[in-house]
Amino acid sequence: MSFDGLWHNVGFRSFLYQILVIVVVVGTAIYMIGNAQVAMEKRGIATGFGFLTEEASFAIGETLISYDSSDTNIRAYMVAVSNTFKVSVVSVIGATVLGVLIGIARLSSNFLIFKFASFYIQLFRNTPQLVQIIFWYTLVIRLPHPKQAWSIYDWVFISNRGLIMAWPADNVAYAWVGLAFIIALGSAYGVVRWADARRRRTGRTLSVLWWNVGLVIGLPLLTWFALGSPTEMELPVFKAFNFTGGISLSPEFLALLLGLSLYIAAFIAEIVRSGIQAVSRGQIEAARSVGLGRIDLYMKVILPQALRVIVPPATAQYVSLTKNSSLGVAIGYPELFNVNNTITTLSGNTIECIGIMMAIYLSISFTISVIMNLYNRAVQIKEH
Amino acid sequence: MSRPQPISSALAVSGPRRPPPERVTGIVAWLRTNLFNNMQNSVMTLLAVWALLVTLPGFVNWAVIEAVWITDDSRVCRAAAGACWAVITEKHRVMLFGTFPYDEHWRGVLVIAIVIGLSIFSAFKRFWSYWLFAGWIVAMVIILVLQLGGVFGLKETGTHDWGGLPLTLILFVGTVVGGLPMAVFLALGRRSDLPVIKSLCIGMIEITRGVPLITVLFMASLMFPLFVPEELTIDKVLRAQIAMMLFFGAYAAEIVRGGLQAIPRGQYEAADAAGLTYWQKTRKIILPQALRIVIPALMNDIIRAFKNTTFVSIIGLFDVFGATATALEDPLWVLYAPEAYMFIFLLYFCFCFSMAKYSEHIERDLAKGRNF
Repeated sequence: MSFDGLWHNVGFRSFLYQILVIVVVVGTAIYMIGNAQVAMEKRGIATGFGFLTEEASFAIGETLISYDSSDTNIRAYMVAVSNTFKVSVVSVIGATVLGVLIGIARLSSNFLIFKFASFYIQLFRNTPQLVQIIFWYTLVIRLPHPKQAWSIYDWVFISNRGLIMAWPADNVAYAWVGLAFIIALGSAYGVVRWADARRRRTGRTLSVLWWNVGLVIGLPLLTWFALGSPTEMELPVFKAFNFTGGISLSPEFLALLLGLSLYIAAFIAEIVRSGIQAVSRGQIEAARSVGLGRIDLYMKVILPQALRVIVPPATAQYVSLTKNSSLGVAIGYPELFNVNNTITTLSGNTIECIGIMMAIYLSISFTISVIMNLYNRAVQIKEH
Repeated sequence: MSRPQPISSALAVSGPRRPPPERVTGIVAWLRTNLFNNMQNSVMTLLAVWALLVTLPGFVNWAVIEAVWITDDSRVCRAAAGACWAVITEKHRVMLFGTFPYDEHWRGVLVIAIVIGLSIFSAFKRFWSYWLFAGWIVAMVIILVLQLGGVFGLKETGTHDWGGLPLTLILFVGTVVGGLPMAVFLALGRRSDLPVIKSLCIGMIEITRGVPLITVLFMASLMFPLFVPEELTIDKVLRAQIAMMLFFGAYAAEIVRGGLQAIPRGQYEAADAAGLTYWQKTRKIILPQALRIVIPALMNDIIRAFKNTTFVSIIGLFDVFGATATALEDPLWVLYAPEAYMFIFLLYFCFCFSMAKYSEHIERDLAKGRNF
């Protein structure tokens, strides 16, 4: 084949283009890395991951796992990630509950409720999240001093030091009770699946509702009795300058929680509304005409179809919420981005630190989207 | 079969008298259908009215009746029981223009006017053409001249002087104008048959979408200078701008991809059959249809790009939000930060809400006459 013929061959040309792209990309990468090496040598920037096992030598305001400034940088990263998870998980729960309520309110035939929901959605969706977070923070730190804290029956105190709550004195026992509750929920789901499979096989229905209620309430209760039914609560007490006892949520945590969950709730509300509206009227009418009751109508017809529409965009919002927890840096909440900044400054390993942080955020996002894809596959319309 | 009865007026009066039909107009009827149509709704209405009665008078009292509107003395505010809106009148120049030289603020006003004016102009479908795109390029040049100065007898103002609303708008327009072409190329690349280009585009899109914007900005401001030769120092605003473009481009690319996938196969096949080359096909057949479909969804991303301009305050630029935070460092006025932030809130709301309303309108408009 002559060169001219080769040039007009689609396969050859696309091969050539790709080689060209690879050369350009690899060339740029080599050039940039070379530049970085020169720059780092000149400025005496350390390289390598040795700094991870060195002493962190800085304090972190709030920690879920034990930490002090003599711990290693790896430990500091773990604290940071746990803080990111803490604020994200609580915010996701808050955003979901509020979002579902407002989404339903948006479909209400009641004029006032409908207007309120629309107003909320427009207000929170159309303003930057960062401004919202800072705004809540300026409000939280303007709350009264601990001495004049607002209190609810001495169980909850709200002041400019944050929110302090009474908490069970016997933590460990309640952790077991919580675990028992989760196990009970899981097995209740299993029972439902089993009963459903049996019905399909034999045609006999078995009402498992009361069994499951018994399981979900009974198992945690049994655990509680087995551990000696501890009832003692640790009440927060104001001493000298601050509260002791109970558990406390810092002002930074509260502001970030409000900023993340109120903002995302507006998006969730719109997603929920469109999900419910996506269920066609014919489905609802058909369900009614075969005589399904109100509960069955919602549980077996509307919800499964609405969830199929709701879950993918809602998950995208949860990912966005988790990523935007990095805005905590603006108010000094020690999440991943904030702590990473401190470590970068103290150790000087700029590239490694940014790399680690990116890798952590990427793995969080990817994990959520993998779970999401699995779920999507499970709920997709199955046509036999 | 009975003989059909003749219609007589006697029939109508024979039965018991029926009540008149329920009113369907007027205030009472409106209240009945919208607020008290069943038990549940009546309870909700009463609860909502009660909540309004509890909160609204206090709020109005704080925000209007007891509020201080104009004063240059923060002690007046301290004495008042209501809001201190005076913080806005006192600090509005810093909030809106940041550290830009005080006597040159008119240039900032012009920039704002150009951007808003051209945006309104672009909103009308009849003006959509390549000329409009050219118009934006010309506008960008004028804006750069106005902001940088140094020519036509304008005082020179480097990017370190930039701030406030002009900076916010410049970053926003730059992000959208620069990010859209990038999004189109990334989306085309992702659907390409060439494995190398495809995987490069996928990697670029997914990695950018997987991390927070703030980390991308952080990379641009801290890591990027290490990777280019020392002689080449790229401006801080420009670095932030590139990072925001990249982030916007990655998100918009996924939306454009959705549009590309929505075009029926027949369109692609017909273009191939007519012997068009890849670029002819893309430019004349696919993109005009695909972009039309994705405009409403793109508007959501454009609104988000506007909101995301606030993030640059974290890497030390003084956009409206960053400038406000700086203005509030004044110990005399720091107490009235909530009022100042409420103003900023309202400012962003005006921009984003009008874009959102426009997006709803254009969505209905573009859906007309489409059959797929």
